Amino acid sequence: MAAVKTPRQKVANQLAIAAVIVIAIIFLAPIYWIGSTAFKPRALATTVPPTVLFQPEVTPFVKLFTRRVQLNRPVEPEAYEAAPWWEKRIYDGGERVLRVGEDVQLSGYPDRFLNSLIIAVTSTLLAVSMGTLTAYGFSRFRVAGEQDWLFFILSTRMLPPVVVAIPMFLMYRVVGMTDTHIGLIILYTAFNLSFSVWLMKGFIDEIPKEYEEAALVDGYTRMQAFFKIVLPEAATGIAATAVFCFITAWNEYAFALMLTNRDAQTAPPFIPAQVGSGLTDWTTIAAGTFLFLLPVAIFTFLLRNHLLRGMSFGAIRK
Amino acid sequence: MTDVERNRVVTTVALERLDPRSRAAARGWSDLTIRNMFIIPTIVFLIVFNIFPLLYSLGYSFTDFRASVSAPANFVGLDNYQRLLSDPNIWRNFTVTAKYVIVSVGGQMIVGFGVALLLNRSFPFKGFVTTLLLLPMMMSMAVVGLFWKLLYDPSWGIINYALGLGRFDWLSNPDMALYAVAITDIWMWSPFVMLLSLAGLSAVPKHLYEAAAIDRASNWYTFTHITLPLVSPLLLIALIFRTMEAFKSFDLPFIMSGQPTTEVVAIRLYKMAFQEWQTGLSCALAYIMLIVVIAITNIYVKYLNRVKER
Repeated sequence: MAAVKTPRQKVANQLAIAAVIVIAIIFLAPIYWIGSTAFKPRALATTVPPTVLFQPEVTPFVKLFTRRVQLNRPVEPEAYEAAPWWEKRIYDGGERVLRVGEDVQLSGYPDRFLNSLIIAVTSTLLAVSMGTLTAYGFSRFRVAGEQDWLFFILSTRMLPPVVVAIPMFLMYRVVGMTDTHIGLIILYTAFNLSFSVWLMKGFIDEIPKEYEEAALVDGYTRMQAFFKIVLPEAATGIAATAVFCFITAWNEYAFALMLTNRDAQTAPPFIPAQVGSGLTDWTTIAAGTFLFLLPVAIFTFLLRNHLLRGMSFGAIRK
Repeated sequence: MTDVERNRVVTTVALERLDPRSRAAARGWSDLTIRNMFIIPTIVFLIVFNIFPLLYSLGYSFTDFRASVSAPANFVGLDNYQRLLSDPNIWRNFTVTAKYVIVSVGGQMIVGFGVALLLNRSFPFKGFVTTLLLLPMMMSMAVVGLFWKLLYDPSWGIINYALGLGRFDWLSNPDMALYAVAITDIWMWSPFVMLLSLAGLSAVPKHLYEAAAIDRASNWYTFTHITLPLVSPLLLIALIFRTMEAFKSFDLPFIMSGQPTTEVVAIRLYKMAFQEWQTGLSCALAYIMLIVVIAITNIYVKYLNRVKER
């Protein structure tokens, strides 16, 4: 189409590009707003008209990680001078950091962030390793009723979380697994497993069977051929599948809300719970949200060539 | 051994060497063992952690069990289902869900396909801009939904400021709340429709457009007779998938609004199960929801396989 263009087509093309720019700005405004609010002084977070340009500061992140109380009298100058830079920021805001002895008390955020990381990483490892094996099994061997099994596997992914959470809650209560890491890891593994099987099957189907057969002729066992020939060939696919599983587990909200409340709580149910009525400090919430969204944004760029495949369960390949 | 016999033995051995299956089977595990070892754990895992819980809740759906009290469950037959299906409030939840599905999926299809049409040309930084536009769908619905509350704030939200609406009330206004949540959903998931549409558009053979241009076909004719029919299989997949997801939605309406006008079925189910502790009744509602989801999944997989075969 890049051939000869009439002037009219050129104008239409330029108008379309202008429209793309406008749409991109509208689409990205909410994300910019999260990012910018995370670096705003508290007083500028809710101004009318909205503050777009400002002197960025890291105070919201200091507040995000510490437990604080309101100062009931002005801080003594000596204490203020002796305080490290980040504590001065807290004093400036009319608050002080809570300490046990010398140690600064941390807020609930770091623990929740760590929980999210542990649960997402473990369930991803499980789902991807089991999914890769199963995908290989379906791809290379004859399985009676293959289509039905694959449909069954995919259908488990489509179950509404609330529907699954009710019986899981009752069962976990019996065995004492509510609010445990392992409880959520199992659920997220089950949720991602079907996705991982479908996506990996697509990737493994693309590896020519002849590679393995040549290896078998050369005296490899089937297992050796799988580990030494198929897995290295499928490495990109495995990485893409893993990132998708990680993002799904990282973002999941409903299961975490219903099956955890403290010890194993992940960041998605924790962050909204910080919003109180009245004087909500949006800068601190934005800081928490920003740190939480950052890994996903980075992964999206790493995954950009596999997004279509992942979002269509491996059915559509470029 | 005669020469003929010797030859036959040599040939058989050689053939066995050539057939990889029999060779591999002689050493290590047989293919059958490996297949079972690779597939069965996954199937068992899914049955134990997905199907068994569902059977467990199917049992409870015929009882008056309440998880908050220690009283034993009594069998009540189909009472729960009858009660739910004759409850006008439950029907209202389904109506709200249907409205939400239509508004948000409709919006996503229009915006997503529209933006894809605009993006379907070459321009500088195309890949980068496309990836940026795909960001919303990769993010946590709960966390992003929370932040949209700030954007919608009637007194200092940037949406009212940008649109010059003054102190217009979005989320605490019963008439607007559903649309406000749907707009956020459209923002999050139009990129999905856009992604699939772009794939469809890039697969349309260029020579069809060239032929249309030679025939002096109008833009509209080219669009309705070439572009749409060729992109429609992927649009249909996007439509079915988004319909299913929108039907299940919980995170966004739950986080963003507490209005009865945004109480979709999943939220009602959550409240019934985890706030009112009507466990038996909620299991029955879960099953009603499940039947709808399985029906849509069936249609979805059918079309997914159809596209895959092309």
